[in-house]
Amino acid sequence: MSASQWRKAMNAGAGRTAWPKAAAAPAPPRAAAWPARGAATRGSARSLRWLGARVRARHVLVLLAVLAYPLLAPPFLTFQIGAQSLALGLIALSLTFLAGYGGMVSLAQMTVAGIAGYMYAIFATSGTDISLRWPWWLAVLLALVIATVCGTLIGWFSVRTEGIYTIMITLAIGVAFFYLVQQNYSIFNGFQGFQSVKSPRVLGVELRDPIPFYYLALFWSLAGYFGVKYLLRAPFGVALQGIRDNPRRMAALGFNVTAHRVAAYAVAGFIAAIGGILMVWYNGLVSPGSVGTSWLINILIIAVLGGMRHPIGPFIGAIVFVLLQNFAVDLVDRERFNLLIGGIFLIIVLFSPDGLLGWWAGGAARLRAASARGRWGRRVETGEA
Amino acid sequence: MTSLRQCMRMLAVAAVFAIVAGAADAQQVVKIGLLATLEGPFAAGGQDGMRGAELAVKERNGMVAGKKIEIIKASSDAKPDVAVNATRKLVEQDKVDIMVGPLSGSEGIAVKNYSKTQPGTTFINGSSGAQATTLQDPSPNFFRFNTEGAQWMVGLGEYALKTKNYKKMALIAEDYAFPYSQVQGFMTEYCKAGGRVTHKAWVPLGGKDYSSVIAKLPTDVDALLVVLGGADAVNFLTQYEQSGGNKPMVGGSITVDQTVLNFKGKRRESLLGTPSAGPIADSYDGAEWKKFVADYKANFKDGFPSPSLFAYVYYINMKAALDGLDAVKGDLSGGQAKYREALKNLKLQTPTGVVTLDENRQAIGTTFVTEVAAGADGVYYNKVVKVVPNVNQRLGMSKADFDKVGLGSRDVPNCP
Repeated sequence: MSASQWRKAMNAGAGRTAWPKAAAAPAPPRAAAWPARGAATRGSARSLRWLGARVRARHVLVLLAVLAYPLLAPPFLTFQIGAQSLALGLIALSLTFLAGYGGMVSLAQMTVAGIAGYMYAIFATSGTDISLRWPWWLAVLLALVIATVCGTLIGWFSVRTEGIYTIMITLAIGVAFFYLVQQNYSIFNGFQGFQSVKSPRVLGVELRDPIPFYYLALFWSLAGYFGVKYLLRAPFGVALQGIRDNPRRMAALGFNVTAHRVAAYAVAGFIAAIGGILMVWYNGLVSPGSVGTSWLINILIIAVLGGMRHPIGPFIGAIVFVLLQNFAVDLVDRERFNLLIGGIFLIIVLFSPDGLLGWWAGGAARLRAASARGRWGRRVETGEA
Repeated sequence: MTSLRQCMRMLAVAAVFAIVAGAADAQQVVKIGLLATLEGPFAAGGQDGMRGAELAVKERNGMVAGKKIEIIKASSDAKPDVAVNATRKLVEQDKVDIMVGPLSGSEGIAVKNYSKTQPGTTFINGSSGAQATTLQDPSPNFFRFNTEGAQWMVGLGEYALKTKNYKKMALIAEDYAFPYSQVQGFMTEYCKAGGRVTHKAWVPLGGKDYSSVIAKLPTDVDALLVVLGGADAVNFLTQYEQSGGNKPMVGGSITVDQTVLNFKGKRRESLLGTPSAGPIADSYDGAEWKKFVADYKANFKDGFPSPSLFAYVYYINMKAALDGLDAVKGDLSGGQAKYREALKNLKLQTPTGVVTLDENRQAIGTTFVTEVAAGADGVYYNKVVKVVPNVNQRLGMSKADFDKVGLGSRDVPNCP
């Protein structure tokens, strides 16, 4: 009996009844490399204590820095560097969630984001007659729902595959969508796509202006970040990490492996859809190029670059990616700057398989070791005196 | 790891440097941003576009009205979002005074839309040729000194009908905006003069198999209008020949290129006399054009044997930017108002004749009708048979008449 047949049999055996059981009585199996943080906490006092124990100075510093950034930086750095990094980071976060915690590398996350972008452009207002010119909130709602459903469907198609086959099937779906939008004129306006897509104006504030857009992107990025962090500690996330590490055993424990995986795709699809709406507002347009193969790969690069061991990884990766995209051209010959971008990616991946987060962890560990040695040394000295 | 840290440090230093440089007041320097595609499908074309723009700067020895010209280059990959990001960096970060670019049609529309948010900068087109850029919702600070896809076909319709006597034609073209424009340019004139296009086949871009299209072609037409890129056109010709087709061909502006001229099939002879039209012609014998080609060859040893369309169009747009600066003695004050006025009234001397702008800041220029001929050594080339001056964007129609027809599409214009 092959592994996939075995798993199918196990899933069929576990049946639908496993769902409520799994949700009501979680049996959190500890992940080997990424220890889970136990079950969700209850009660405000406990959560306050929990907050106090977990918030460190560096968390507050980073939060203050990202909040104050647009007040200090010129509009270009706020919009093109800051806001774009956040929006791309949010899309890459959906991949980190799937790949880092679910063990499923999907190349179609940019496709889901692109579906959201296209749906917004179709329902809301753009320079093309195809657009239905419905109110923006309705367009956003529809775009999010449709993109999440598509993300779930993509998951449903690809969960029964593993490893390289998941990559292949999601790549195939992504490329198929690219050709669909490029050659369909009645709905997707083909090669041209949608130009001058209108972003909403809320309470007299043009959302696409650099500072409002930055805070909007920041809000959703924080929401995505904390949402994913919460989910990873919740029974669902713990079960997901268990499935990543040993799906057969989880099935034996009564978890519906397929359902958990599809649910993970649904969550990732929703996150990517929010990122997709932000990107279509950011660009003011959506065209087949926005969902082309290069962007499918770029999202993977961002996620790998930052590191998949923590939800902050994709945002760090996105910042490095966007900085390189914008400023590499100033450092070297204009016709060769892609060489520099590729070289830096190669160096990061070569020297740290865990991305930039791996460096951080390695550096912090060394620092702790050094300071421990220092304290021990001092104690010895005082002892002698 | 050290090398990476150094890289990151360099990056940080460069970022700071760029901010400082952007803030520094540059009195005696005029900064011009130059955007072309150095990546993606049009990388070779983008590189040649840059050569053309550089040639225009070299002709003035890098100076205009006593001010030094600083060119800041950027690259895109023919995608509109990438083009806008690159343009935004040049305008907002590098603080260029004038922006020249981009290369392809959908990029052009996106950059034109962006230009509306930057009224302090003057935007001049690179080589993008979408009709909509200047016809629909034009931007007051976006100028285009090159003619576009529809204008490039003017003169060909009459030539095909009157000189070649093709009264009924069938059409094979790629299914996107540029061929729509080309077909509109051809058919507007052809239909008006009494010709008929009885069958239209729109094929996907980069298609390889034309057998189903060829099977449906009507046999009672006099010729085929083929608006495909060069490589696709060779594929089509080969398959058309294999299926026993024998109709003569009329080509679009990018159809009868070197790949088609070097076509080795049995019907190679039938290519002789194939008419097409475009904004440049290699064999044009105007003195200005010959000088331009000689300058290009002398300056760029690594360039093409003859300047490409991209080199030429970037050249004239950059030349317009510099001639305009010269006309106002480098005065960019008052939100560049004087400069823009000068650009609007410019009578631009180009290697193919004088170019002026219409009320949408779109070029009115020259189109060449050419025909495939055999040179003395048996090599095929495009011989100029007709020069059509002063072609405007509405193809000689009044605004009201043109608006009634609208932009070219699958079904517009129509004369079955």
